[in-house]
Amino acid sequence: MLAIDILIQGFIQGSIYALIALGLTLVYGLLRILHVAHASLFTLGGYLGVLITNATGSLFLALILAMIVVGFVGMLSYRILYRPLLSQPPLIALIASIGIFIASEEIFRIIFGPFSISYVAAPLQNQIEILPGISMSEARIMVVLLAFVLLLGVNWLSRRTRLGIATRATVVDPDMAMSSGVNVDVIRYSIFFIGSAFAAAAGVMVSLLNNLVEPTMGAVPSYKALAIIVLGGLGSVRGALIASLLLGIIETFGTIYLDDLLDRDSIAFAFLILVLMIRPKGIFSKG
Amino acid sequence: MAYEMIVLTNMLIAILFAQSLNLITGFCGQVSLGHAAFLGIGAYTSAMLTKAGWPLAATFIPAMVVAGMIGVIVGAASLRVRHDFLAITTMGVSFLFTGIIRKQDMLGGEMGIAGIPAAYGGRVGLLLMTLCLTILFITIMIYVKRSWMGFVFESIAEDEDTAGVLGIDVRRFKLFAFVLGTAGAGLAGALYAHQVRFIGPDSFGFVESVTVLSMVIVGGIGSIWGVTIAAALLSVMPQFFQVIDDYKLLVYGLLLFFAMRFLPDGLGGLAKRFRQKRNPDRSPERSQA
Repeated sequence: MLAIDILIQGFIQGSIYALIALGLTLVYGLLRILHVAHASLFTLGGYLGVLITNATGSLFLALILAMIVVGFVGMLSYRILYRPLLSQPPLIALIASIGIFIASEEIFRIIFGPFSISYVAAPLQNQIEILPGISMSEARIMVVLLAFVLLLGVNWLSRRTRLGIATRATVVDPDMAMSSGVNVDVIRYSIFFIGSAFAAAAGVMVSLLNNLVEPTMGAVPSYKALAIIVLGGLGSVRGALIASLLLGIIETFGTIYLDDLLDRDSIAFAFLILVLMIRPKGIFSKG
Repeated sequence: MAYEMIVLTNMLIAILFAQSLNLITGFCGQVSLGHAAFLGIGAYTSAMLTKAGWPLAATFIPAMVVAGMIGVIVGAASLRVRHDFLAITTMGVSFLFTGIIRKQDMLGGEMGIAGIPAAYGGRVGLLLMTLCLTILFITIMIYVKRSWMGFVFESIAEDEDTAGVLGIDVRRFKLFAFVLGTAGAGLAGALYAHQVRFIGPDSFGFVESVTVLSMVIVGGIGSIWGVTIAAALLSVMPQFFQVIDDYKLLVYGLLLFFAMRFLPDGLGGLAKRFRQKRNPDRSPERSQA
């Protein structure tokens, strides 16, 4: 039973990673930039989730609003942060992004205070028995369901809509896409909106699972999400999703069996380095 | 006076540390987001030895050797990955280092090592020692940059495939840059441990790695003087910012952003442009532009 418990725990963790990593890998695919400030949007999403739920009493409303607001903030981040730096080497954008991420942690601390904020009445905390002997809180089930629905949605968007097709074309060859009449800037704004909205959803989910938000909550996910998109082969959506679930499960098993040797965060990176030594361009790279 | 001496020593250690990364990232073009791990390796090695009764000066060589040896391992691993993959791998090294240290009771674990003995000659002694070693390291850097090896590093940084085609053993030179750079970081670490006299896993985390990388980039990748000035400024800045203590990181983060936005080739690049403006005839780029 313990093994199944750990597996489920890892799966939940993996779903959250997937939501964060998706935006990151989309941005990387389009711009070839490691978007560290993505984690600031995740934190912002968490804060909005808690504050709006506490103000209105509706978690659903909070989730939708957080996704929309953070989506627009994400578009803004593209406009002021990355767009002017596109002609520079990627390292420049990476450092600028780290700078914004460091500054944003301080902004959260200054605006919302240094201490964590919790839900007044944490929603979805009832335990439900999903299998004989194994019960989960509603919040956890909700996390997995939401991740599943959002990812299916993105899959549909990518395969069945003009936006999705244009996005895939831009990823493969921006110049060709542009000369075929794709407005590359519109694509980039849309991808920043979608990716950031997903990060916000992940933020709300994490705030629900831990029943708190704090200014530094983005730090660990931001680095780990970078590890995930590298593991999945940079820019590959499917690879990032599988890597998220894999990492969630490995980490959960690792914290139980490797605790004397490594702490939780280094397990992820030990695994990452190991994989990169065998496949230098990620698990799912071609060739 | 004691306060000024502490600030000055910190500044010199930061310069030494930043130059050691400048060798890897600046000269040889290999991005490292985990350089603080090597500062840590040097610091831990040296601190363990002086606590066992060694004099500080005798621990420099072991600190450099241990950091350089682990640098070879990381460097050899890094040969397999490039660009963004390399950045993330070295970031992993940073997390792995603190993760391992945290769980080692022998190295003080979460609590770190306290009570590291003072250097011979106290603060003045440490300051002089740091000054000499920093100058020595910068001299070596200038020498390397002007030698044929500097040209080889530059060609690898520009385009390693072409360098390989020209018959340069790219792997060997990359490894050499890693060894030299990580050994330099180990030396900085030995000095650092005896400056603060308390070290723990958090002193060598990812933020420190980013800080030192930002010194190199704000200074202008590969520019020895630019990086020296940037490291000096960025390391004393927190002291200037004491008045706005609460907003320190906010200012620092925004500064990084604006530096990248408006000065992407750093102080070194700025100086170059300035020189060319004053002396347009000597500008080599002019004919191409």
